[in-house]
Amino acid sequence: MAEFALPKHSKIVKGIDYPINSGAENTKKINVYRWSPDDDENPRIDSYTIDLDQCGPMVLDALIKIKQEIDSSLTFRRSCREGICGSCSMNIDGTNTLACLKSIDDVKGDINIYPLPHMEVIKDLVPDLSKAYEQLTSVKPWLQSKSDPEKGKSRKQSPKEREKIDGLWECVLCFSCSTSCPSYWWNGDKYLGPAVLLQAYRWIADSRDENTEQRLEELEDSFKLYRCHTIMNCTKTCPKGLNPAKAIGEIKKLQLERR
Amino acid sequence: MSEYEIVDHEHDVVVVGAGGAGLRATLGMVSGGLKTACITKVFPTRSHTVAAQGGIGAALNNMGENDSWQFHMYDTVKGSDWLGDQDAIEYMCKEAIPSVTELENFGVPFSRTEDGEVYQRPFGGHTLDYGKKMARRACAAADRTGHAILHTLYQQCLKYQAEFFVEYIALDLLMDDNGKCVGVLALCMDDGKIHRFRGHQTVLATGGYGRVYFSCTSAHTCTGDGNAMVLRAGLPLQDMEFVQFHPTGVYGAGVLITEGSRGEGGYLTNSEGERFMERYAPTAKDLASRDVVSRSMTIEINEGRGVGPNKDHIFMHLEHIDPATLQMRLPGISETAKIFCGVDVTKEPIPVLPTVHYNMGGIPTNYHGEVVTRKGNDQDAVVSGLMAIGEAACVSVHGANRLGTNSLLDIVVFGRAAAQRALKTVEKGSAHAPLPKRVTDKILARLDKVRHSNGDVSVGEVRNSMQNAMQKHAAVFRSNTSMKEGVQKVDTISKGMDNIGIKDRSMIFNTDLVEALELENLMQQAIVTMKSADQRKESRGAHSHEDYPKRDDKNWMKHTIMWLNEKNKTKLDYRDVHLNTLTNEVASIPPAARVY
Repeated sequence: MAEFALPKHSKIVKGIDYPINSGAENTKKINVYRWSPDDDENPRIDSYTIDLDQCGPMVLDALIKIKQEIDSSLTFRRSCREGICGSCSMNIDGTNTLACLKSIDDVKGDINIYPLPHMEVIKDLVPDLSKAYEQLTSVKPWLQSKSDPEKGKSRKQSPKEREKIDGLWECVLCFSCSTSCPSYWWNGDKYLGPAVLLQAYRWIADSRDENTEQRLEELEDSFKLYRCHTIMNCTKTCPKGLNPAKAIGEIKKLQLERR
Repeated sequence: MSEYEIVDHEHDVVVVGAGGAGLRATLGMVSGGLKTACITKVFPTRSHTVAAQGGIGAALNNMGENDSWQFHMYDTVKGSDWLGDQDAIEYMCKEAIPSVTELENFGVPFSRTEDGEVYQRPFGGHTLDYGKKMARRACAAADRTGHAILHTLYQQCLKYQAEFFVEYIALDLLMDDNGKCVGVLALCMDDGKIHRFRGHQTVLATGGYGRVYFSCTSAHTCTGDGNAMVLRAGLPLQDMEFVQFHPTGVYGAGVLITEGSRGEGGYLTNSEGERFMERYAPTAKDLASRDVVSRSMTIEINEGRGVGPNKDHIFMHLEHIDPATLQMRLPGISETAKIFCGVDVTKEPIPVLPTVHYNMGGIPTNYHGEVVTRKGNDQDAVVSGLMAIGEAACVSVHGANRLGTNSLLDIVVFGRAAAQRALKTVEKGSAHAPLPKRVTDKILARLDKVRHSNGDVSVGEVRNSMQNAMQKHAAVFRSNTSMKEGVQKVDTISKGMDNIGIKDRSMIFNTDLVEALELENLMQQAIVTMKSADQRKESRGAHSHEDYPKRDDKNWMKHTIMWLNEKNKTKLDYRDVHLNTLTNEVASIPPAARVY
């Protein structure tokens, strides 16, 4: 008989409520997933009510305010605060995005914040991305060419050729897309996921790369590539407005052409 | 200190930091066969190089203007207000050409000209024929050049299977009894273990310390950890008074709008709708050096011609530019303006304000990237085993004011130079001498003190006070009175470090602890910055002294160097500016009045 028991630590309990004491009028309740590996407790949701008149406009501003003024143990990654480093990806109001680009005003009612779904959690909002990084390395995401450029010269690339990698190279590796994909949730160990496939296509589409055939050959795999079932969550969630689903579609098209 | 588990590593070279400089150095070392560890507190592509926008300067001459590295060198020396070392500047501008071509060969997705060459745009302070007209020298990948370069360098490091230690924060340098650096001690955030990295060269590529200020374009992680480690190792920092204010940070949010937007035709106006830069810089106008533009904007605001309800900022216009050009050349800042100030750049101006952006000062080095200090009469004494590159270093190629595009260039050229130097000086696989236990113990004692700190002031409160003091007293314009007050304030605030308390006692991903360690690093640099500023009685580059409004080459054409002891007391000395060039291919550029 199959055993249907939830894994350890999968039940989330109600945590600590931090009400606001001042007479602030413009307040917002932020509910945040908390879990630490140091004790044997289940994850909990802590609630922090903050004064929006004393806070920057983005969800990241709210998290920083909480860490700075209410609870310094709250743990999350952040760096550039302008949507280019990809550190602060998390699930906000049911959608994966970058906290620094997500406006507090965009969320009606309380703001619920969880780590990126279906990744191992290191602590609070910090997911373990090491497997995703390994998958990135596995597609050899660097320029491969058989011919050397003329010594001391750039390779030539026309603006038209260059245009083909627009919308691909700008990815910030936040993995919001991969962790929004049900197929990746289910087969994340073998399916490469939209973020990594976008990177793979970035090199396939680059006119300077001469290893397209080999790249396609290595992707021709029922799991690595074909676990994409065009659910399109990736494109819908991308905080940078990129279209990983289209990139995956292009790879599939090229696979058909070489059969 | 038995509480901490220590993991030992032995490498030929240890690189601290994985931004552009750290990755370029790592790449050169690994591909040259040196066993290299690259330690970084954030995943490499999250380093702040990723946020560089406008371009990387190199006289590739792709726009058919007869550009040359000699013009680039002249502009850089003039931009530095003659505080830059001309040997290092010659090296950088000459090596720019092969270094940027290499980047293209590595796969950087540069924008292209119709001929298929790397696209180049105009940028502040970059001219042809010694200032006669503006040059198109900034090699750009749309307005995300830093992202393009950083990701490509990381990809190349993957290709050579470089060994990364990600989310490790460096605690301190391991210095032996002879003052030689023999490695670094780091904390692995993931599991709380201490890692002792031994290397024959330790390369600090830890970036700037913009976060000593309240409003800056720098990332939260820009805390100058390497600079502080150098101070704690008993070595000086150089020219720390020179802090660059970028003219166009978004009003309020502080995020960066590239100078490339003015390179593509953007301009600034005051409350009267006047293009005021024409008054301050008749030739270069909106593309004068950053210190010049930031000062002009501040004067406009101070004289009551700022825009907005409080007349406290300036407008930058792009709406006259063809929307297709904006989409192709400036997509990133179009998005930034929309998100952070609700502005559609095709229709309305962006509210901007000079915002702290870059630290010209840092760890003094020679043009090989080797750290130097002053020992008696020897002004260029090399510190054995220690290198510094990128914004952490002060080579000095930027002097008193950095030109736009020269920071991406600096990290690539000197990352490459450091690798070449290490390949010459380090014997591969040679043994490491035993290290006395007390060296590690001393560092762990400092860590332990912070980790168990139990005072009643939070890291956030102390950090806020420090940032506000720096914002007020080490600003665009400075005066004797204001800086004296600043020195005292920072001194008082730094004493608050004894009374901080952290809440998180865990050893796993303890960002509470990391922020406290970073604050300690910031505080030491705040003290040195404020004191270095207070002692320089002249105006030069980014240091505008209201009581001494002129540059004084007779008394002050010299680098400030400053040490800080364990009691936070400073010691001051100077090093001569290298007016000599590196080779006889170019003549030294004599000091002249700086007109744009």
